[in-house]
Amino acid sequence: MDFLTLIQLLDSTVRLATPLLLACLAGLYSERAGIFDIGLEGKMLAAAFFSAAIAAMTGSVWIGLLAGIGASLALSAIHGIASITFRGNQLISGVAINFLAAGLTVLIAQAWFQQGGRTPSLIGKARFEPITLPFAENVQNVPFLGPIYYELISGHSILVYVAFAAVPFTWWLLFRTRFGLRLRAVGENPAAVDTAGVSVVGLRFAAVGICGILCGIAGAYLSTALQAGFVKDMAAGRGFIALAALIFAKWRPWHALYATLLFGLFGALETRPDVIEQIIGIKVQGQLLAALPYVMTVIILAGFVGKAIPPRAGGEPYVKER
Amino acid sequence: MDVMPKWAEVILVPLISLLLAAILSALVILAIGEDPVAAVKLMVTGALGSSYGWGYTLYYATNFMFTGLAVSIAFHARLFNIGGEGQAALGGLGVALACLYIPWPHWSLALVGAALAAGLFGAAWAAIPAWLQAKRGSHIVITTIMFNFIAASLLNYVLVNMLRPQGSMDPATARFPETVHLPTLHDLLAPLGIEFSRSAPANVSLLVAVAACIFLWFLIWRTRLGYEIRSFGNSESAARYAGMPPVKIIMVTMMISGALAGMMAINNVMGEAERLVLNSVEGAGFIGIAVALMGRSHPLGVFIAAILFGFLYQGGAELALWTTIPRELIVVIQALVILFTGALDNMVRMPLERIFLAARHRRAPKPERKGA
Repeated sequence: MDFLTLIQLLDSTVRLATPLLLACLAGLYSERAGIFDIGLEGKMLAAAFFSAAIAAMTGSVWIGLLAGIGASLALSAIHGIASITFRGNQLISGVAINFLAAGLTVLIAQAWFQQGGRTPSLIGKARFEPITLPFAENVQNVPFLGPIYYELISGHSILVYVAFAAVPFTWWLLFRTRFGLRLRAVGENPAAVDTAGVSVVGLRFAAVGICGILCGIAGAYLSTALQAGFVKDMAAGRGFIALAALIFAKWRPWHALYATLLFGLFGALETRPDVIEQIIGIKVQGQLLAALPYVMTVIILAGFVGKAIPPRAGGEPYVKER
Repeated sequence: MDVMPKWAEVILVPLISLLLAAILSALVILAIGEDPVAAVKLMVTGALGSSYGWGYTLYYATNFMFTGLAVSIAFHARLFNIGGEGQAALGGLGVALACLYIPWPHWSLALVGAALAAGLFGAAWAAIPAWLQAKRGSHIVITTIMFNFIAASLLNYVLVNMLRPQGSMDPATARFPETVHLPTLHDLLAPLGIEFSRSAPANVSLLVAVAACIFLWFLIWRTRLGYEIRSFGNSESAARYAGMPPVKIIMVTMMISGALAGMMAINNVMGEAERLVLNSVEGAGFIGIAVALMGRSHPLGVFIAAILFGFLYQGGAELALWTTIPRELIVVIQALVILFTGALDNMVRMPLERIFLAARHRRAPKPERKGA
């Protein structure tokens, strides 16, 4: 495999890892605060549709992004009301949200655009265009570092950089601020937080809200940057891979980056079976590669390679004074 | 003491939840510019107005009975088996192998053999997450979700690379031999002098599904194992203290659950398609969650909920055929049912409990305060 193929492969790794990373961080906030969220998929899907639909109507991708975040936040609100206010089962609520998004997006797309559950193709300002970083064109002929900067680091849409910047920001917010400490505490021992006079409900809603915003960006990235328009079921299990990455990362921000990059690489390799054959000399079926993130997550979950311990109060509604 | 009388718990709460889901569904239909009343009329005539419609309704209901029962028994042990989809897919593989490679002399023997194979494959697929939950403490919801995806990839691989007949482009097995053809309701009812549509796919597996409902009722409420499963679901520590082995209960419950989900394949793979195709389950594993929630994990409730969802499914197909409302409307309704009967259960329950409590206080004189 030559150098340029490697760069191309890594480039598409970054592209494919971005939505996973955003969704994975979204889940991280929610689960660190003790709210399991298997509705990441649905929130991404809803955001993907609404950002593409509104961008197509207004011609502005930024308004589209806001609409996508709004849609994702609306689903987050349902999840919050069901699992925080009414102390319902968080997993069942997540399942419902996934189906709600899967159904409603197609239904509304059909009602609005009559194109069989898709939005019109986005062009021009209705899409996030790749950004060429400063001096990228000047240095592209510099050996080795030039192509890395020009092909790999430069030339992505703004949301890719947002996603990567969200990693250190999340780390800082969770581990270096008072809000972060409380948020983590509420996922481990909500009674202690309550005793300290901090609102458990408020913190959990804040976490679910952040989760909604990040899922919204992830969904908008899918339909307005990675592709040009919404098609039915376009999240295609990414929400679940993000969930897998979250477990793989053991609920830590930097590890979330590594895990999603790894799973992004699997995704990139899936489209390039020739490369795998070159490297390991065996023809690997794409279907088996597709299953790899899930298999690896199960192995991690089983504790064969380091144990993944979720936040202690995860999945349990908090009831004052038992 | 329970706050609410039993009838309110069993009938009133699900009914109100269902009503809320129905109202919202009607609003959704209105919002996309269609007439909800006309839509319901079309669904009723399409799904229940002819023996053809009934044939499809009951065919779908058969699927949902199996997957609904699968989710229900796991619920009784407070396990959430979200992996019905994967287990049913593996069940399909079991049915395909049994039908293709064993020369059955008669369909009845084939049905028994295929059901066994389907159950075995489904149970095996559920056994791994169960073992991981019981022994390693891995969360069963996450592992079963992962196993759905792994099953899909595995089936894709097996169909494309192993079971696909030579020269065929379609990722599907060869057609099953004529001898394993299951009698449809038309074949079954004709000797009794009842006319039933010839082209509807409902078949003898419906009877197996009904038998499974009765079997599960017996298992849960009339056997020692059922008692153990319910005890474990109500209080794991109490069950442990009473000497019930948690590992055994988790394993057995999940394997029964997986077997039930897998046995769905005798209906959709053996009874209808008569070959194994890609994505044969078509979301029935997930609908099982809605069915189990709506049926309150009781076999009779599951039976009724499965028929309702069968109706919705067939009615939705008719809607998609005759109007511009896409089939996804059913997915929305399904989501609303899961939301209201599952996640937002307390929203309905809390005010109701308050009403019943107030009513009781009014009826009974206030208890005397003891002591100072």
